[in-house]
Amino acid sequence: MRITCPICGERDMREFTYRGAALPTPPLEADVETWVDHVHLRENAAGVLRELWQHTMGCGAWLVVTRNTITHEILDVVLAEEAGIGIPVAEEQP
Amino acid sequence: MAELIAKSPCEGLLPFSTGSADLTELWPDHMTLIAPYKGKDIAAAAALKSAHGLDLPLPGQSSGDAEARVIWFSRGQSLLIGPKADASLEGAAAVTDLTDGWSVVELKGKGIADVLARLSPMDFRLSQFPTGKSARTELKHMMASITRTGDAAFQIMVFRSMAATLVHDLKTAMEAVAARG
Repeated sequence: MRITCPICGERDMREFTYRGAALPTPPLEADVETWVDHVHLRENAAGVLRELWQHTMGCGAWLVVTRNTITHEILDVVLAEEAGIGIPVAEEQP
Repeated sequence: MAELIAKSPCEGLLPFSTGSADLTELWPDHMTLIAPYKGKDIAAAAALKSAHGLDLPLPGQSSGDAEARVIWFSRGQSLLIGPKADASLEGAAAVTDLTDGWSVVELKGKGIADVLARLSPMDFRLSQFPTGKSARTELKHMMASITRTGDAAFQIMVFRSMAATLVHDLKTAMEAVAARG
């Protein structure tokens, strides 16, 4: 399996570390049930999944990789910071 | 005050030669990480150019020569090798002295791409990895920085603590390639 890092180009899977499912992060003030779901519950579907990978042996960037778990086909790779899955910025306190 | 003797990372381990390929240690006077602040890439590049006459490299690139070289070192980071970093860089970038943190060796001669092919998943043939190209990649499970410094020369860097492992793995691969003739 090879992943095309947006910074380094196409690299072998050995250079990357899997960091979990790429899920949108709930707001920090969300209730406990929402966070339990976020941390523990997964659909685990066979097919296309969005995953976090880090280019640990390369540039260090965190990536959101869209991967088909049946065919191992890599469908899309973007920088995690551009994927909009981070903690939503809270409204400025007055 | 005791007289302290500085030892290079590969002290007593190198040089090594198979006859066709040579492995030597480079021991730069200074190695400095330059990480431009957000939105300050152009200012950092200008400061590097005016202070050291070097271009801030794009990802996977390097510039300069054996005296003064700057290589792309990771996301948003470059490493200045050779001269002491000029203070003028500090306004535009985080500047960190890494001189004692990394071991640097040079692999020269025939069959060096074949040697690296045994240790890393990357393609180091001259046609795919031309002179000046630099990559952060895996070298026998170590995080390495590999730069092509000439048609028949690579600069290879790993953390200083892994110097002995680096030399061992490179020697083993060099001997295996040489044995094939």
